[in-house]
Amino acid sequence: MKRLFGFLSIFIIIFTIPLVFSGCGSKKPKDKKIIIWHWMNDRKDALENLASQYKNLTGLTVEFKLFSPPDIYSQKVIAAARSGNLPDIFGILGEKKTMSSFIKANHVLDLTPYMEENDKSWENSFYPQALEVNRFRKNNSYAIEEGIYGVPIDLTVMEFVYNKDIFTKAGLDPESPPETFEEFLSYAKTIKETLGINGFICGWGEGWLINALAVEWAINLMGEDKFIQTIEGKVPYTDKQWVEVFSMFLKMEHSGILADNITSMINKESEDLFSRGKAAFSFNGSWAVNVYKQLAPDLNYKFFPLPKISDNYPVKIWGGAGSSFMLHKFSKNKNDAVDFLKWITSNNQQNFLSKETNNLPSIKNCQEGLPEVLIDIVDVLDSLTHPNIWPINENSRVLEAFNSGLQQITMGLKTPAEVCAEIQKIKERVSTK
Amino acid sequence: MNDYRTKDKVINFAFVFPALLIFSIFYLYPFFYSFILSLHRSDGIFTYDFVGLAHFRDIFQDKAWWRSLYNGGYITFWALTFQNILAFSLALGVDRAIKTGKIYRVIFFILPVLSEIIIGLLMRTILLSEPGILNQWLDKIGFGFMIQDWLGKEHVLLTTSLVHCWKGFGWAFIILLAGLQTIPEQLYEAARIDGANYIQRFSKITLPLLMPVVSMVIVLTLLGTMQAFAMILALTRGSGRLTEVPVMIIYNHLRGNQVGLACAEGIILGFILVLISFSMFAFSKWVKEKS
Repeated sequence: MKRLFGFLSIFIIIFTIPLVFSGCGSKKPKDKKIIIWHWMNDRKDALENLASQYKNLTGLTVEFKLFSPPDIYSQKVIAAARSGNLPDIFGILGEKKTMSSFIKANHVLDLTPYMEENDKSWENSFYPQALEVNRFRKNNSYAIEEGIYGVPIDLTVMEFVYNKDIFTKAGLDPESPPETFEEFLSYAKTIKETLGINGFICGWGEGWLINALAVEWAINLMGEDKFIQTIEGKVPYTDKQWVEVFSMFLKMEHSGILADNITSMINKESEDLFSRGKAAFSFNGSWAVNVYKQLAPDLNYKFFPLPKISDNYPVKIWGGAGSSFMLHKFSKNKNDAVDFLKWITSNNQQNFLSKETNNLPSIKNCQEGLPEVLIDIVDVLDSLTHPNIWPINENSRVLEAFNSGLQQITMGLKTPAEVCAEIQKIKERVSTK
Repeated sequence: MNDYRTKDKVINFAFVFPALLIFSIFYLYPFFYSFILSLHRSDGIFTYDFVGLAHFRDIFQDKAWWRSLYNGGYITFWALTFQNILAFSLALGVDRAIKTGKIYRVIFFILPVLSEIIIGLLMRTILLSEPGILNQWLDKIGFGFMIQDWLGKEHVLLTTSLVHCWKGFGWAFIILLAGLQTIPEQLYEAARIDGANYIQRFSKITLPLLMPVVSMVIVLTLLGTMQAFAMILALTRGSGRLTEVPVMIIYNHLRGNQVGLACAEGIILGFILVLISFSMFAFSKWVKEKS
């Protein structure tokens, strides 16, 4: 027994003495430092370079801390928010609903007063669609107080992309991409028949990619208003225009232009195959410029707008803020952090980021650093659409049925009408709840 | 006397306390917290709205959930039959191969040691039509007639089941081999002297004595396969629900911030697995008593 207490005493002494003495030393004043958490592995070097430029300019240390992959980053931010350990600046990944949860829990600073300083000079410098992603309008469905809660540092856009060399080999004009769905099908079929190359490839194993394409076609056919009305539950998914949108995927399947195993493919896989000339067309985001550059620097390709399925409504392109930074509401370095965000979203820094990372800038009149392949995309920045700028978002159960239904159509497992009926059934079930 | 007993109890408890604390924090608390979450509509971040048993009712109406249970059951059927029979046959073979036994043990145990994601991605590269490594091999060795889209809609569930068996048989092999080696050699020698042939020795000695190990392997296979996820995700990503298994649905709901629903699904899956496991143990006890 005595031995046991002896051991316990030694144990306590060993662990408590350092704790006691650690508090006795003289405190060194800490250097002021802005901590930024991010997930952007591909932009790590460019961001750190900017931080070092800022240190030289102002003497203030900015530390970018990378947590990757994005799933891990998301968990890290949520855990930090719940334990009250968020850094000065951080990004929130996911839907606008997730962002609204952070705002409701008092973790995100409303940047509107800073944006509106000097006749809204900071606010007006951004593409409106980029800022819209971080803006909550009056009486929004998330019940968030009106304001701008994030700073976009770049833009992403999703468009079709084609391999110009494959076009030439198949006897097609490499400067004339298809404008309509019929042209797209016919070109892809010609390529498949003459060269034996897959007409179309995409990472449809990831639901959001197939979803984005379906939404673009839906808006083209029925207009954004009717599309939003569907989310609101005023128009059923069994509406004939929805069945028509879903039929596009069946037509693609029937025409034989889709790459094998497309519904189990992730985007990285499809990017790899497209960069190796294994497919003529793909549907991808503007971030692919950087990916293709790394995988196949000589790849001869070009982005082009959605091949439209109707003339009813103008084509809308899936896009908006690519990455945004939020400011911790209780950061001790609030003003310094805002200054840094203003600096990083000013012309020189945005040009630097575009040049180094091949991403579209979030501010207007800033195309110096853009690679040629992205310059064409700038023209469509006025016609962007994205769930984060819609007044209401679809229930995730419905989205799940929507995406897997599209996968099942492209696998030939179900008809568009069957899938639409299933989605509507789930929609009604969740709406009742 | 009483003082001594109380002191003794306190000391004993002090020794158990760290383990109890760890068990409570990492097992009991998450278990009860999951149950509480399953009664709420929660994004897992900050919002918790009490919905009672609505998630459970929702799951029973969800065709995708039942389809995933069917997929899990199908893969489990192959694991219970093909995988375990293969493992048992190999364990019997290696049990007799005294000199080379260790080498085989290492070879068969390499696969379970490898990460499920690596196995999934590796097999995907081999099975995909592009680059089509398996199809190219088949063509080269004169089995061109067997070339097909192994991950296409017709075969994807069977292919997934077989890849799962290929990856998983090592565990069953090691456990069964260990079981076989605990059977005393004298029993076989006595049976041989009595004139028993191989089939009689197998059915009268090996099988009855190995029954507890076999039932444990069956339960472990059931639990492991119904919870299989990472390999299937890397191999097929669910293939439009054709290979979607219960844990994949739970994972997707967690990622979609439907934490309450995911917890309810986890509880239902756990309940089903516990029920099956206890039934298996009861069945094995019954078989043992009969034999």
